[in-house]
Amino acid sequence: MRPFKFTNTSNASSAINLLIKNPNAKFLAGGTNLLDLMKEDVERPDELIDLGRLDLTAVRPLVTGNNVVGISIGGLGKNTDAANHPLIRKDYPLLTKAILAGASAQIRNMATNGGNLLQRTRCSYFYDIAMPCNKRLPGTGCSAMQGINRMHAIFGWSDSCIAVYPSDMAVALSALNASVKVMQPSGTARIIAIHDFHRLPGNHPEKDNNLDHGELITAIEIPKNKFAANSAYIKVRDRNSYAFALVSVAAGLELAGGKIISASIAMGGVAHKPWRATHAENILRGKMATVENFQMAADAEMEDARPLAHNKFKIGMGKKTIVYALEQAFKGTGYKA
Amino acid sequence: MSTMEKNYKPEQPAVGQSISRLEGYEKVTGAARYAGEFNVSDLLYGYVINSTITKGKIISINTEKAEAIPGVVKVFHHKNRPSLAWFSMQYADMDAPPGSPFQPLADHKIKYNGQPIALLVAESFELARYAATLVEITYEQEDFKTDLIANITEARAPKGGLATFLKPPPPKPVGNFEKAYENSPFQASGKFVHGTEHHNPIELFTTTTVYKGKGKVTIYDKTQGTVNCQLYVANVFGLHFKDVRVISPYVGGAFGSGLRPQYQLFFSVLAALELKRNVRVTLDRHQMFTFGHRPPTVQFTRFGASADGKVNALNHEAIAETSRFEDYTEVVVNWSHMLYPAKNTLFKYNLVPLDVFSPLDMRAPGGSTGLHAIESTMDDLAYQMKIDPLEFRLINYAEQDESVGRPYSSKELRQCYLQGAEQFGWNKRNPEPRSMRRGNKLVGYGMATGIWEAMQLPARASATITTEGKLHVNSAVTDIGTGTLTVMSQIAADEMGLHMDDVTFTYGDSKMAFAPIQGGSFTVSSVGSAIKAACNALKKKILKKAKSIGNSPFKRVKIDEVIFADRKMISIDNPAVFISYSDIIAANGHKVIKSVNFAMPKVFKLKKYSRAAHSAAFVEVEVDEELGIINVTRAVTAVAAGKIINPKTARSQILGGMIWSISKALREESITDHRFGKYMNMNIAEYHIPVHADIHDLQVIFVEEKDDIVNELGTKGVGEIGLAAMPPAIANAIFHATGKRVNQFPIHFDTLM
Amino acid sequence: MNENKTKLTEEEKKLFGDLMPEELDEIISSGLNRRHFMKLMGLASAGLLASHLIGAEQLFARSAEIGDIADLAPAAIENGINVSFKVNNTAKKVLIDSRATLLDTLRERLDLTGSKKGCDHGQCGACTVIVDGKRVLSCLTLAATCEGKSVITIEGLAKDNELNPMQAAFLKHDGFQCGFCTPGQICSAVALMKEAKEGQASFVTADVRQNQQSVILSDEEIAERMSGNICRCGAYPNIVAAIKEAQTGKNVEQTWLFAG
Repeated sequence: MRPFKFTNTSNASSAINLLIKNPNAKFLAGGTNLLDLMKEDVERPDELIDLGRLDLTAVRPLVTGNNVVGISIGGLGKNTDAANHPLIRKDYPLLTKAILAGASAQIRNMATNGGNLLQRTRCSYFYDIAMPCNKRLPGTGCSAMQGINRMHAIFGWSDSCIAVYPSDMAVALSALNASVKVMQPSGTARIIAIHDFHRLPGNHPEKDNNLDHGELITAIEIPKNKFAANSAYIKVRDRNSYAFALVSVAAGLELAGGKIISASIAMGGVAHKPWRATHAENILRGKMATVENFQMAADAEMEDARPLAHNKFKIGMGKKTIVYALEQAFKGTGYKA
Repeated sequence: MSTMEKNYKPEQPAVGQSISRLEGYEKVTGAARYAGEFNVSDLLYGYVINSTITKGKIISINTEKAEAIPGVVKVFHHKNRPSLAWFSMQYADMDAPPGSPFQPLADHKIKYNGQPIALLVAESFELARYAATLVEITYEQEDFKTDLIANITEARAPKGGLATFLKPPPPKPVGNFEKAYENSPFQASGKFVHGTEHHNPIELFTTTTVYKGKGKVTIYDKTQGTVNCQLYVANVFGLHFKDVRVISPYVGGAFGSGLRPQYQLFFSVLAALELKRNVRVTLDRHQMFTFGHRPPTVQFTRFGASADGKVNALNHEAIAETSRFEDYTEVVVNWSHMLYPAKNTLFKYNLVPLDVFSPLDMRAPGGSTGLHAIESTMDDLAYQMKIDPLEFRLINYAEQDESVGRPYSSKELRQCYLQGAEQFGWNKRNPEPRSMRRGNKLVGYGMATGIWEAMQLPARASATITTEGKLHVNSAVTDIGTGTLTVMSQIAADEMGLHMDDVTFTYGDSKMAFAPIQGGSFTVSSVGSAIKAACNALKKKILKKAKSIGNSPFKRVKIDEVIFADRKMISIDNPAVFISYSDIIAANGHKVIKSVNFAMPKVFKLKKYSRAAHSAAFVEVEVDEELGIINVTRAVTAVAAGKIINPKTARSQILGGMIWSISKALREESITDHRFGKYMNMNIAEYHIPVHADIHDLQVIFVEEKDDIVNELGTKGVGEIGLAAMPPAIANAIFHATGKRVNQFPIHFDTLM
Repeated sequence: MNENKTKLTEEEKKLFGDLMPEELDEIISSGLNRRHFMKLMGLASAGLLASHLIGAEQLFARSAEIGDIADLAPAAIENGINVSFKVNNTAKKVLIDSRATLLDTLRERLDLTGSKKGCDHGQCGACTVIVDGKRVLSCLTLAATCEGKSVITIEGLAKDNELNPMQAAFLKHDGFQCGFCTPGQICSAVALMKEAKEGQASFVTADVRQNQQSVILSDEEIAERMSGNICRCGAYPNIVAAIKEAQTGKNVEQTWLFAG
């Protein structure tokens, strides 16, 4: 790790002020990704502003007037606490499952909800500072494009970057239509829809998301949904636990008997951001919840996929995982094969 | 509570009892200190800098920026290193294959990606790692080749050398394979591709060198051979053997990676000698991928069987990767004819030298590779012939080793098959592939045979009756987690008729009695036999001393007329005549009685026999065809490995081998980007070792096997045999579940979809 | 820590003489880390350790080589920070480089080497410690963030020489081989007991919508929740058996046969 100044603060606005003063400063939350990357010499901040004492950890109902319209999760709350909060387990079990699918118990005890959204890619060329990588050093080229790209994107990649975004939590947040609430340097809040939070690589893969320097994630807000009892998070990976997703699917079905009022589907491990499966959702709206319809939706979703040399399998795997997730969601959250 | 097993019964022989690890208390309390945990004062930290190119030359190394940082002591590289041993032979350790061993910092040449090219020494680890990033190196790159498959036509025969003593070349052809195969009514053939694997013990390779002045060093090293490292350091740095002491009290796993001195040892000693300071060098996890590994291999099999179910033609050829500088070999193709008595055989083993580091023995080297090809081809034949795979093995059961025409010293493989099948419930198998289901998952049963040669190497041990009348035994051998301390103590206790409480065994120090490197499942047989020999010599000394006492009742007693039991030497004829060890020590003027002895394999006797441990593995897999997820839900391994000294630790060895089998068949592989000549998953987030959630119901059976020939203890070793049979059994179970035969390891489920 | 240099007593000499007569001179001349030695002796006299358990080579190694740990503060500390925190219920104050991880601080500065470095990147779990009651990875925790916190390491689990039930269960079930991942496994398992009591869910929990307290964990649940701790030796089945026994307090028999 390069030397850095370690700065403490106990309120959000002073943290932000400290950060804007130094373009090479970074916020330190759980540190599970940042310290890893600093040890790899990929991240090189010269100042860390510790957010550990900020009081932005609460999970609480989102209220408009007298109505509960959703839930708010503190940006600096720990992943474990979010996953296990009684309100989230009851009304947003999809989020609980997605968080628990990620990393290990130890890491979930450290990692924050806001930090989770800011995870950087696991692309091994990004991690290896001896390799060209547009994300790490813009303009040097993408080594993964012609390299080992089994783990990489099948949707939305560009000629400059084929990396995937590794979070599980964010995939569920995408299906849940969440928003990211940030505090701007001016002190005012900005609400960014989760779909607009992460970016596709385009010509600027160095930017993972639309958060500006000096903005702090204070909360994640999730609107109420009608599929708590019919949701599923399915993750396919190279081992049964503690591995990044090859493909993951978050699915929620709002049902009326056997009929789908609406479907919410998002995919992980396939793109530079959580991939909202809108084609599939559109097809399923108003249809009966049958395996045939699930398959039709999955086929439609994967039609636009552009696989690379080593990840063609993700198309078939993606289809099957969508179908499987929809089946599980239909059977109900408590169902276990 | 005592760490001694509650059910340990002192009145019974200790050998054969399940006794908890004697060092267990230290390990569960964090008191056990490993090589990188001796916090000596005035310690410097070294961080190794590795080549980022695969082949070529270093043009320049600029250390100015790094050395300007306060706390950075020095950067060592090929231009400023002290003079070192010149002859490559002096870099050869006990496990060096034929060729010229790699010499760190020898010159400006780069031979492989990740080659260590400099050491930065600083006052703290974090500082050393950081400052190392400031060292600027320029290279001139040359073309290189790292891809075994792309260069397979360059395969050639390995060079001969001393290594062939333990790793014999393939047996000569017998009969006429081509003709016999052509005429076989049943034929099975396969191409088997295995990727590179790295040992990845959880402990990082580390050395703490304590500078003792005047060319003297005490070295805490992570190794499987203290004497091997002592020899290497003395030779390379031109030190006296007696001035180099290598200590490895605890070793955090090794699996073969510690059979050769690794480069952190070289760098730590170099810096300590040059700076006259104490220096610790610890590799990071990436660097754990920059030395020996299990080589990638390609194998071809063609087996033919006659209508009566007898295998009559065996052809097994293997092509493996090696480095440009050493011919590392494994025994891959020699096993099928040891297991199946065919009349026509043809075996070949060739190497392709590439721009990589030399491969290195990794748990069950060669065996775990070759048996996959052999046992999956056998499985294929059984399906073609519509014979139960187990029945097929029994039809072709080898009563003797046909590959050399000798009987086995013992062989209870048949019992392994039968007891394993019974325990597993093999008879519930529906022979038809894709016929068994559980919910939405396909279920498959598979079985396979395992074999591993039982070896013994020369070793020494020292045995002492202490002033308290207790026994102290020592050997330079390490305990890499196999249970050596416990097992050796058991052997010694029985030998001298003592309780376990009365025995101390010290080990892991090159100053102690010579032991070979710890590997190949030969440690118990080698060092255990030496302990037996040392105890036998000690018994003679005790008797001699007893005779010298005035009016000794032992005056005319010969060594075979006494027994050593209950802390005494007792006359067999008259049990009332005895002398306790404390009394002997008293008679010796309260001085200890010590003996050092040597055990060697009885070569002439052993030459008449083949010696091997055997096993049979039975595996159930569940395959989720929707998602392609494969789980080994249940497995039984039945092992015949001679005398089991400690069933508790031996079972753990086999369990470990079974988990390695799951890993080998389904998980681990180092993936190379051949454009860069570099492994791209040099970490254990993406080099997938199984986690808890990957492991389900595993059962171990030890089949009784008596062997008076293999060595005095009747032991065959249990370190590797757990990894011999189960990988192919998993592959065979996947075929049974899915009807698809995937011959590439690891089996990624994307290949199944 | 001048006590490190204290000469051996006659009694201690005798013990070393017994264990390793040929090393006695060297131990006497090089001094002894009395703290470790006394600790082990205490265990032995309390009957916790049979005399043969004291790996003499290790006693020797510690005693002969370990100097004054308090002097280990490196010469070059950049961005120095004074951190006060509790380690195993003892207050500690250390001046550290801002870069220092909790793991390196424990191992290199406080001489608590029980927490292991297996990867330094959050991929193996060997460095697991318990901070303010929760299991975390000390390799990805900056020591600077531990101000005012309470850290429990493997060295702090046994109370008055009495093993924590989890440690005892690991011993009984042979839940380790090389022992390197063991401190992390045990710390993780100890914290897991608390998580189960609190009713925390895991990815394999059948229905996360059902809140439960004091969950008795199945093998599958234990395995999933312990998956952040990698064991290369392959002691997993034994570790799961040990955790089951520690959780239920009931004897867990493992299925295995020995026909020899």
